[in-house]
Amino acid sequence: MWRDAVLIAGRDLRIEARSRVALWQVLPFAVLTLLLFAFALGPRPGLLAQSAPGLFWLAVLFSSVLAAQRSMAIEGSGATRDSVRLLGLDPAGVFLGKVLALLAEMVALEAVLLGGVVLLFHVTVTSWGVLIGACLLAAVGLCTANVLYGSLAGEARMRATLLPVLVLPVVAPVLIAGSKAFSASVAPGSGSGARWLGILVVFAVVYSAMGVALYGPLEES
Amino acid sequence: MRRTLTILGVASVALVALDVILGLWVTPPDADQGELVRLVYLHPALAWVALYLAFGMAALCAVLYLWPRTRSMRFDRLSASAVEVGVVFIGLTLITGSIWGRPTWGVWWTWDARLTSTALLGVLFLGYLALRRVPADPEVRARRCAIAAIFAAVDVPIVHFSVVWWQTLHQGATVLNPNLTPTIHGLMAWTLLLSFIAFTTLFAWMVLMRFQIEELRESGEDVELTRALEARRAEGVAS
Repeated sequence: MWRDAVLIAGRDLRIEARSRVALWQVLPFAVLTLLLFAFALGPRPGLLAQSAPGLFWLAVLFSSVLAAQRSMAIEGSGATRDSVRLLGLDPAGVFLGKVLALLAEMVALEAVLLGGVVLLFHVTVTSWGVLIGACLLAAVGLCTANVLYGSLAGEARMRATLLPVLVLPVVAPVLIAGSKAFSASVAPGSGSGARWLGILVVFAVVYSAMGVALYGPLEES
Repeated sequence: MRRTLTILGVASVALVALDVILGLWVTPPDADQGELVRLVYLHPALAWVALYLAFGMAALCAVLYLWPRTRSMRFDRLSASAVEVGVVFIGLTLITGSIWGRPTWGVWWTWDARLTSTALLGVLFLGYLALRRVPADPEVRARRCAIAAIFAAVDVPIVHFSVVWWQTLHQGATVLNPNLTPTIHGLMAWTLLLSFIAFTTLFAWMVLMRFQIEELRESGEDVELTRALEARRAEGVAS
Protein backbone atom coordinates (compact mmCIF):
# COMPACT_ATOMS: atom_id res chain seq x y z
CA MET A 1 0.00 0.00 0.00
CA TRP A 2 2.71 2.51 1.00
CA ARG A 3 4.80 1.69 -2.09
CA ASP A 4 1.79 2.51 -4.29
CA ALA A 5 1.17 5.65 -2.23
CA VAL A 6 4.71 6.91 -2.82
CA LEU A 7 4.37 6.09 -6.53
CA ILE A 8 1.14 8.05 -6.91
CA ALA A 9 2.38 10.95 -4.77
CA GLY A 10 5.52 11.14 -6.94
CA ARG A 11 3.42 11.12 -10.11
CA ASP A 12 1.09 13.88 -8.88
CA LEU A 13 3.97 16.05 -7.68
CA ARG A 14 5.84 15.55 -10.96
CA ILE A 15 2.76 16.63 -12.92
CA GLU A 16 2.44 19.62 -10.59
CA ALA A 17 6.11 20.53 -11.02
CA ARG A 18 5.63 20.52 -14.80
CA SER A 19 2.23 22.20 -15.04
CA ARG A 20 2.66 24.54 -12.01
CA VAL A 21 -1.09 24.96 -11.60
CA ALA A 22 -0.79 25.20 -7.81
CA LEU A 23 1.92 27.81 -8.09
CA TRP A 24 0.27 30.03 -10.69
CA GLN A 25 -3.41 29.50 -9.89
CA VAL A 26 -4.07 28.15 -6.38
CA LEU A 27 -1.44 30.18 -4.54
CA PRO A 28 -2.39 33.53 -6.14
CA PHE A 29 -6.03 32.74 -5.34
CA ALA A 30 -5.13 32.14 -1.66
CA VAL A 31 -3.18 35.40 -1.39
CA LEU A 32 -5.94 37.27 -3.22
CA THR A 33 -8.47 35.94 -0.70
CA LEU A 34 -6.43 37.43 2.16
CA LEU A 35 -6.27 40.78 0.38
CA LEU A 36 -10.01 40.77 -0.31
CA PHE A 37 -10.75 40.01 3.36
CA ALA A 38 -8.66 43.04 4.30
CA PHE A 39 -10.49 45.21 1.73
CA ALA A 40 -13.84 44.04 3.13
CA LEU A 41 -12.93 44.73 6.76
CA GLY A 42 -11.07 47.99 6.15
CA PRO A 43 -7.53 48.99 7.08
CA ARG A 44 -7.98 48.90 10.89
CA PRO A 45 -5.05 46.75 12.15
CA GLY A 46 -6.81 45.83 15.42
CA LEU A 47 -9.85 44.42 13.63
CA LEU A 48 -7.73 42.54 11.10
CA ALA A 49 -5.55 41.00 13.84
CA GLN A 50 -8.65 40.00 15.78
CA SER A 51 -10.26 38.41 12.72
CA ALA A 52 -7.03 36.82 11.47
CA PRO A 53 -7.62 33.27 12.85
CA GLY A 54 -10.95 32.88 11.05
CA LEU A 55 -9.81 34.62 7.87
CA PHE A 56 -6.65 32.52 7.68
CA TRP A 57 -8.61 29.26 7.90
CA LEU A 58 -11.24 30.43 5.44
CA ALA A 59 -8.49 31.20 2.93
CA VAL A 60 -6.97 27.75 3.60
CA LEU A 61 -10.34 26.03 3.19
CA PHE A 62 -11.24 27.72 -0.10
CA SER A 63 -7.76 27.13 -1.49
CA SER A 64 -7.82 23.48 -0.43
CA VAL A 65 -10.96 22.90 -2.50
CA LEU A 66 -9.27 24.47 -5.50
CA ALA A 67 -6.15 22.33 -5.00
CA ALA A 68 -8.29 19.21 -4.61
CA GLN A 69 -10.16 19.98 -7.85
CA ARG A 70 -6.82 20.03 -9.59
CA SER A 71 -5.67 16.82 -7.91
CA MET A 72 -8.84 14.95 -8.90
CA ALA A 73 -8.68 16.38 -12.43
CA ILE A 74 -5.38 14.52 -12.85
CA GLU A 75 -7.16 11.29 -11.95
CA GLY A 76 -10.03 11.95 -14.32
CA SER A 77 -7.98 13.02 -17.34
CA GLY A 78 -7.71 10.66 -20.30
CA ALA A 79 -7.70 7.06 -19.25
CA THR A 80 -5.76 7.64 -16.01
CA ARG A 81 -8.33 5.91 -13.83
CA ASP A 82 -8.36 2.83 -16.09
CA SER A 83 -4.56 2.78 -16.28
CA VAL A 84 -4.26 2.90 -12.49
CA ARG A 85 -6.74 0.05 -12.21
CA LEU A 86 -4.98 -2.03 -14.88
CA LEU A 87 -1.66 -1.56 -13.09
CA GLY A 88 -3.19 -3.34 -10.11
CA LEU A 89 -2.44 -0.53 -7.66
CA ASP A 90 -3.99 -0.79 -4.23
CA PRO A 91 -6.90 1.77 -4.07
CA ALA A 92 -5.93 2.59 -0.47
CA GLY A 93 -2.40 3.31 -1.71
CA VAL A 94 -3.76 5.54 -4.51
CA PHE A 95 -5.84 7.43 -1.94
CA LEU A 96 -2.88 7.91 0.40
CA GLY A 97 -0.64 8.91 -2.51
CA LYS A 98 -3.06 11.60 -3.62
CA VAL A 99 -3.37 12.80 -0.02
CA LEU A 100 0.44 12.96 0.36
CA ALA A 101 0.88 15.00 -2.82
CA LEU A 102 -1.95 17.34 -1.88
CA LEU A 103 -0.53 17.58 1.65
CA ALA A 104 2.81 18.81 0.31
CA GLU A 105 0.99 21.53 -1.65
CA MET A 106 -1.24 22.47 1.28
CA VAL A 107 1.66 22.79 3.73
CA ALA A 108 3.43 25.14 1.32
CA LEU A 109 0.20 27.08 0.85
CA GLU A 110 -0.36 27.37 4.60
CA ALA A 111 3.21 28.63 5.08
CA VAL A 112 2.66 31.41 2.54
CA LEU A 113 -0.74 32.32 4.00
CA LEU A 114 0.66 32.32 7.52
CA GLY A 115 3.41 34.69 6.43
CA GLY A 116 0.76 36.86 4.77
CA VAL A 117 -1.39 36.97 7.90
CA VAL A 118 1.59 37.85 10.14
CA LEU A 119 2.80 40.59 7.80
CA LEU A 120 -0.44 42.05 6.47
CA PHE A 121 -2.77 41.60 9.46
CA HIS A 122 -0.10 42.43 12.12
CA VAL A 123 -0.56 39.21 14.06
CA THR A 124 1.94 38.39 16.81
CA VAL A 125 2.21 34.66 17.36
CA THR A 126 3.30 33.65 20.86
CA SER A 127 2.96 29.89 20.64
CA TRP A 128 4.35 28.67 17.31
CA GLY A 129 4.16 25.02 18.39
CA VAL A 130 0.34 25.10 18.69
CA LEU A 131 -0.03 27.01 15.43
CA ILE A 132 2.27 24.76 13.39
CA GLY A 133 0.67 21.67 14.93
CA ALA A 134 -2.79 22.96 14.02
CA CYS A 135 -1.67 23.76 10.47
CA LEU A 136 -0.20 20.28 9.91
CA LEU A 137 -3.12 18.40 11.46
CA ALA A 138 -5.70 20.52 9.66
CA ALA A 139 -3.86 19.99 6.39
CA VAL A 140 -4.09 16.20 6.84
CA GLY A 141 -7.82 16.44 7.64
CA LEU A 142 -8.53 18.78 4.72
CA CYS A 143 -6.56 16.70 2.23
CA THR A 144 -8.20 13.40 3.22
CA ALA A 145 -11.72 14.90 3.19
CA ASN A 146 -11.11 16.68 -0.12
CA VAL A 147 -9.73 13.61 -1.89
CA LEU A 148 -12.54 11.44 -0.55
CA TYR A 149 -15.28 13.86 -1.54
CA GLY A 150 -13.51 14.63 -4.81
CA SER A 151 -13.84 10.96 -5.67
CA LEU A 152 -17.46 10.98 -4.49
CA ALA A 153 -18.27 13.98 -6.68
CA GLY A 154 -17.48 11.94 -9.78
CA GLU A 155 -17.12 13.38 -13.27
CA ALA A 156 -14.94 16.42 -13.84
CA ARG A 157 -17.62 18.56 -15.52
CA MET A 158 -19.81 18.46 -12.40
CA ARG A 159 -17.05 18.37 -9.77
CA ALA A 160 -16.15 22.06 -10.06
CA THR A 161 -19.48 23.15 -8.64
CA LEU A 162 -20.35 20.07 -6.61
CA LEU A 163 -17.18 19.58 -4.55
CA PRO A 164 -17.46 22.85 -2.55
CA VAL A 165 -21.11 22.05 -1.73
CA LEU A 166 -20.17 18.58 -0.52
CA VAL A 167 -16.90 19.22 1.28
CA LEU A 168 -17.22 22.67 2.88
CA PRO A 169 -19.96 21.70 5.39
CA VAL A 170 -17.98 18.57 6.28
CA VAL A 171 -14.77 20.47 7.06
CA ALA A 172 -16.58 22.95 9.34
CA PRO A 173 -15.00 21.26 12.43
CA VAL A 174 -11.53 21.97 10.95
CA LEU A 175 -12.48 25.63 10.52
CA ILE A 176 -13.72 25.89 14.11
CA ALA A 177 -10.90 23.92 15.76
CA GLY A 178 -8.24 25.55 13.56
CA SER A 179 -9.51 29.05 14.35
CA LYS A 180 -9.61 28.31 18.09
CA ALA A 181 -6.09 26.85 18.02
CA PHE A 182 -4.88 29.91 16.09
CA SER A 183 -6.52 32.19 18.69
CA ALA A 184 -4.85 30.20 21.47
CA SER A 185 -1.48 30.57 19.76
CA VAL A 186 -1.73 34.36 19.56
CA ALA A 187 -3.13 34.82 23.08
CA PRO A 188 -1.88 32.01 25.31
CA GLY A 189 -3.70 33.40 28.32
CA SER A 190 -7.10 32.72 26.71
CA GLY A 191 -6.83 28.95 27.01
CA SER A 192 -4.84 25.97 25.84
CA GLY A 193 -4.92 24.93 22.21
CA ALA A 194 -4.45 21.24 23.10
CA ARG A 195 -8.21 20.56 23.13
CA TRP A 196 -8.59 21.98 19.62
CA LEU A 197 -5.55 20.09 18.38
CA GLY A 198 -7.26 16.96 19.72
CA ILE A 199 -10.33 17.65 17.53
CA LEU A 200 -8.06 18.11 14.51
CA VAL A 201 -6.35 14.77 15.27
CA VAL A 202 -9.73 12.98 15.51
CA PHE A 203 -10.90 14.55 12.23
CA ALA A 204 -7.68 13.60 10.42
CA VAL A 205 -7.74 10.02 11.73
CA VAL A 206 -11.45 9.47 10.95
CA TYR A 207 -11.20 10.78 7.38
CA SER A 208 -7.93 8.94 6.71
CA ALA A 209 -9.53 5.68 7.85
CA MET A 210 -12.69 6.30 5.81
CA GLY A 211 -10.65 7.21 2.75
CA VAL A 212 -8.52 4.07 2.99
CA ALA A 213 -11.66 1.94 3.36
CA LEU A 214 -13.92 3.65 0.80
CA TYR A 215 -11.71 5.02 -1.99
CA GLY A 216 -11.67 1.63 -3.75
CA PRO A 217 -15.47 1.19 -3.91
CA LEU A 218 -15.89 4.82 -4.96
CA GLU A 219 -13.48 4.52 -7.86
CA GLU A 220 -15.16 1.36 -9.20
CA SER A 221 -17.13 2.94 -11.98
CA MET B 1 -49.77 0.42 -3.29
CA ARG B 2 -52.39 2.86 -4.58
CA ARG B 3 -54.80 1.86 -1.80
CA THR B 4 -52.10 2.29 0.86
CA LEU B 5 -51.24 5.72 -0.54
CA THR B 6 -54.89 6.80 -0.50
CA ILE B 7 -55.38 5.64 3.11
CA LEU B 8 -52.13 7.31 4.24
CA GLY B 9 -52.98 10.52 2.38
CA VAL B 10 -56.46 10.83 3.88
CA ALA B 11 -55.21 9.86 7.35
CA SER B 12 -52.33 12.35 7.30
CA VAL B 13 -54.53 15.26 6.13
CA ALA B 14 -57.15 14.43 8.80
CA LEU B 15 -54.54 14.07 11.57
CA VAL B 16 -52.72 17.29 10.65
CA ALA B 17 -56.08 19.13 10.53
CA LEU B 18 -56.99 17.76 13.98
CA ASP B 19 -53.57 18.80 15.30
CA VAL B 20 -54.09 22.33 13.95
CA ILE B 21 -57.58 22.57 15.54
CA LEU B 22 -56.38 21.28 18.92
CA GLY B 23 -53.17 23.31 18.81
CA LEU B 24 -54.76 26.62 17.79
CA TRP B 25 -58.17 26.60 19.48
CA VAL B 26 -58.62 23.86 22.07
CA THR B 27 -55.38 23.81 24.08
CA PRO B 28 -54.83 26.65 26.56
CA PRO B 29 -52.05 29.23 26.30
CA ASP B 30 -48.93 28.55 28.37
CA ALA B 31 -48.44 30.30 31.73
CA ASP B 32 -45.00 31.61 30.69
CA GLN B 33 -44.97 31.66 26.90
CA GLY B 34 -48.61 32.57 26.26
CA GLU B 35 -49.83 31.93 22.70
CA LEU B 36 -46.30 31.24 21.51
CA VAL B 37 -46.49 27.74 22.98
CA ARG B 38 -48.70 26.69 20.07
CA LEU B 39 -45.57 26.28 17.96
CA VAL B 40 -44.73 23.30 20.17
CA TYR B 41 -47.44 21.34 18.31
CA LEU B 42 -45.51 21.84 15.11
CA HIS B 43 -41.78 22.40 15.62
CA PRO B 44 -40.72 19.28 17.61
CA ALA B 45 -42.76 16.97 15.36
CA LEU B 46 -41.16 18.48 12.24
CA ALA B 47 -37.70 18.02 13.79
CA TRP B 48 -38.56 14.43 14.75
CA VAL B 49 -39.54 13.60 11.19
CA ALA B 50 -36.51 15.29 9.60
CA LEU B 51 -33.77 14.13 11.96
CA TYR B 52 -34.80 10.71 13.10
CA LEU B 53 -37.28 9.37 10.56
CA ALA B 54 -36.09 10.85 7.28
CA PHE B 55 -32.34 10.95 7.76
CA GLY B 56 -32.35 7.79 9.91
CA MET B 57 -34.24 5.98 7.19
CA ALA B 58 -31.93 7.38 4.51
CA ALA B 59 -28.87 6.11 6.39
CA LEU B 60 -30.44 2.71 7.06
CA CYS B 61 -31.43 2.27 3.41
CA ALA B 62 -27.93 3.38 2.39
CA VAL B 63 -26.39 0.68 4.61
CA LEU B 64 -28.81 -1.90 3.21
CA TYR B 65 -27.85 -0.87 -0.32
CA LEU B 66 -24.13 -1.12 0.37
CA TRP B 67 -24.47 -4.49 2.13
CA PRO B 68 -24.01 -7.05 -0.72
CA ARG B 69 -26.68 -9.43 0.60
CA THR B 70 -29.41 -6.80 0.72
CA ARG B 71 -28.31 -4.70 -2.27
CA SER B 72 -31.31 -3.50 -4.24
CA MET B 73 -32.05 -0.34 -6.20
CA ARG B 74 -35.28 -0.06 -4.21
CA PHE B 75 -33.21 0.88 -1.15
CA ASP B 76 -31.45 3.56 -3.19
CA ARG B 77 -34.79 5.03 -4.30
CA LEU B 78 -36.18 4.82 -0.78
CA SER B 79 -33.09 6.56 0.63
CA ALA B 80 -33.36 9.35 -1.95
CA SER B 81 -37.09 9.77 -1.29
CA ALA B 82 -36.50 10.01 2.47
CA VAL B 83 -33.76 12.62 2.00
CA GLU B 84 -35.93 14.78 -0.27
CA VAL B 85 -38.77 14.80 2.24
CA GLY B 86 -36.30 15.22 5.12
CA VAL B 87 -34.76 18.34 3.57
CA VAL B 88 -38.24 19.92 3.29
CA PHE B 89 -38.98 19.04 6.92
CA ILE B 90 -35.63 20.31 8.22
CA GLY B 91 -36.26 23.59 6.39
CA LEU B 92 -39.66 23.85 8.08
CA THR B 93 -38.02 22.99 11.43
CA LEU B 94 -35.58 25.88 11.06
CA ILE B 95 -38.31 28.29 9.94
CA THR B 96 -40.69 27.44 12.81
CA GLY B 97 -37.78 27.56 15.28
CA SER B 98 -36.84 30.98 13.96
CA ILE B 99 -40.44 32.23 14.35
CA TRP B 100 -40.35 31.05 17.97
CA GLY B 101 -36.87 32.48 18.56
CA ARG B 102 -37.67 36.05 17.51
CA PRO B 103 -40.11 36.88 20.37
CA THR B 104 -38.38 34.56 22.89
CA TRP B 105 -34.68 35.24 22.34
CA GLY B 106 -35.08 38.58 20.54
CA VAL B 107 -33.39 37.35 17.33
CA TRP B 108 -34.43 35.35 14.28
CA TRP B 109 -31.21 33.36 14.41
CA THR B 110 -28.44 32.75 16.94
CA TRP B 111 -25.23 30.75 16.63
CA ASP B 112 -26.40 28.16 19.10
CA ALA B 113 -24.95 24.61 18.86
CA ARG B 114 -28.36 23.01 18.20
CA LEU B 115 -29.32 25.52 15.53
CA THR B 116 -25.95 25.51 13.84
CA SER B 117 -25.62 21.72 13.74
CA THR B 118 -29.19 21.43 12.40
CA ALA B 119 -28.50 23.95 9.63
CA LEU B 120 -25.29 22.08 8.81
CA LEU B 121 -27.24 18.83 8.60
CA GLY B 122 -29.63 20.43 6.13
CA VAL B 123 -26.73 21.63 3.98
CA LEU B 124 -25.09 18.18 4.09
CA PHE B 125 -28.24 16.56 2.76
CA LEU B 126 -28.65 19.32 0.15
CA GLY B 127 -25.20 18.18 -1.01
CA TYR B 128 -26.58 14.64 -1.20
CA LEU B 129 -29.41 15.84 -3.44
CA ALA B 130 -26.91 17.72 -5.61
CA LEU B 131 -24.78 14.56 -5.87
CA ARG B 132 -27.87 12.63 -6.92
CA ARG B 133 -28.32 14.88 -9.92
CA VAL B 134 -24.85 14.13 -11.29
CA PRO B 135 -25.33 12.05 -14.45
CA ALA B 136 -23.82 8.60 -13.87
CA ASP B 137 -24.55 4.92 -14.24
CA PRO B 138 -27.44 4.17 -11.82
CA GLU B 139 -25.40 1.71 -9.75
CA VAL B 140 -22.40 4.05 -9.48
CA ARG B 141 -24.69 6.89 -8.49
CA ALA B 142 -26.45 4.70 -5.93
CA ARG B 143 -23.13 3.67 -4.36
CA ARG B 144 -21.85 7.26 -4.17
CA CYS B 145 -25.13 8.52 -2.75
CA ALA B 146 -25.27 5.73 -0.17
CA ILE B 147 -21.81 6.67 1.11
CA ALA B 148 -22.72 10.39 1.12
CA ALA B 149 -25.93 9.65 3.07
CA ILE B 150 -24.01 7.73 5.75
CA PHE B 151 -21.41 10.53 6.05
CA ALA B 152 -24.14 13.16 6.39
CA ALA B 153 -26.14 11.11 8.91
CA VAL B 154 -23.15 11.23 11.31
CA ASP B 155 -24.36 14.75 12.14
CA VAL B 156 -27.72 13.44 13.45
CA PRO B 157 -26.39 12.29 16.88
CA ILE B 158 -24.37 15.53 17.09
CA VAL B 159 -27.60 17.52 16.64
CA HIS B 160 -29.42 15.34 19.20
CA PHE B 161 -26.74 15.58 21.90
CA SER B 162 -25.73 19.20 21.14
CA VAL B 163 -27.95 20.48 23.97
CA VAL B 164 -26.19 18.08 26.38
CA TRP B 165 -22.60 18.54 25.18
CA TRP B 166 -22.62 22.34 24.90
CA GLN B 167 -24.14 25.29 26.75
CA THR B 168 -26.98 26.23 24.43
CA LEU B 169 -29.85 28.69 24.31
CA HIS B 170 -32.02 25.95 22.87
CA GLN B 171 -33.81 24.07 25.62
CA GLY B 172 -32.92 20.47 26.40
CA ALA B 173 -34.99 17.53 25.22
CA THR B 174 -38.50 17.65 26.70
CA VAL B 175 -39.88 14.32 25.51
CA LEU B 176 -36.77 12.34 24.57
CA ASN B 177 -34.75 13.51 27.57
CA PRO B 178 -32.03 11.19 29.01
CA ASN B 179 -34.37 9.93 31.77
CA LEU B 180 -37.37 9.58 29.41
CA THR B 181 -39.51 11.64 31.77
CA PRO B 182 -41.53 14.08 29.65
CA THR B 183 -42.15 17.37 31.47
CA ILE B 184 -45.42 18.24 29.76
CA HIS B 185 -48.85 16.96 30.67
CA GLY B 186 -52.62 17.18 30.18
CA LEU B 187 -54.24 18.17 26.89
CA MET B 188 -51.01 19.82 25.79
CA ALA B 189 -49.17 16.49 26.07
CA TRP B 190 -51.86 14.67 24.07
CA THR B 191 -51.84 17.33 21.35
CA LEU B 192 -48.07 17.13 21.22
CA LEU B 193 -48.31 13.35 20.85
CA LEU B 194 -50.91 13.77 18.12
CA SER B 195 -48.59 16.14 16.23
CA PHE B 196 -45.89 13.44 16.22
CA ILE B 197 -48.37 10.83 14.89
CA ALA B 198 -49.80 13.25 12.31
CA PHE B 199 -46.43 14.29 10.87
CA THR B 200 -45.12 10.71 10.95
CA THR B 201 -48.12 9.65 8.86
CA LEU B 202 -47.59 12.61 6.55
CA PHE B 203 -43.93 11.65 6.18
CA ALA B 204 -44.82 8.02 5.32
CA TRP B 205 -47.29 9.23 2.69
CA MET B 206 -44.84 11.69 1.13
CA VAL B 207 -41.98 9.17 1.05
CA LEU B 208 -44.13 6.44 -0.51
CA MET B 209 -45.49 8.90 -3.05
CA ARG B 210 -41.97 10.09 -3.94
CA PHE B 211 -40.76 6.49 -4.11
CA GLN B 212 -43.55 5.59 -6.52
CA ILE B 213 -42.80 8.60 -8.72
CA GLU B 214 -39.13 7.57 -8.85
CA GLU B 215 -40.04 4.00 -9.82
CA LEU B 216 -42.42 5.20 -12.52
CA ARG B 217 -39.81 7.63 -13.83
CA GLU B 218 -37.18 4.92 -14.11
CA SER B 219 -39.52 2.41 -15.70
CA GLY B 220 -40.63 5.20 -18.07
CA GLU B 221 -37.01 5.74 -19.09
CA ASP B 222 -36.70 2.01 -19.89
CA VAL B 223 -39.88 2.11 -21.99
CA GLU B 224 -38.63 5.18 -23.87
CA LEU B 225 -35.27 3.51 -24.53
CA THR B 226 -36.90 0.32 -25.82
CA ARG B 227 -39.20 2.37 -28.05
CA ALA B 228 -36.26 4.36 -29.47
CA LEU B 229 -34.26 1.18 -30.12
CA GLU B 230 -37.21 -0.42 -31.90
CA ALA B 231 -37.68 2.72 -34.03
CA ARG B 232 -33.98 2.66 -35.06
CA ARG B 233 -34.21 -1.06 -35.89
CA ALA B 234 -37.30 -0.46 -37.99
CA GLU B 235 -35.47 2.30 -39.87
CA GLY B 236 -32.61 -0.14 -40.51
CA VAL B 237 -34.97 -2.82 -41.87
CA ALA B 238 -36.82 -0.28 -44.05
CA SER B 239 -33.61 1.00 -45.63
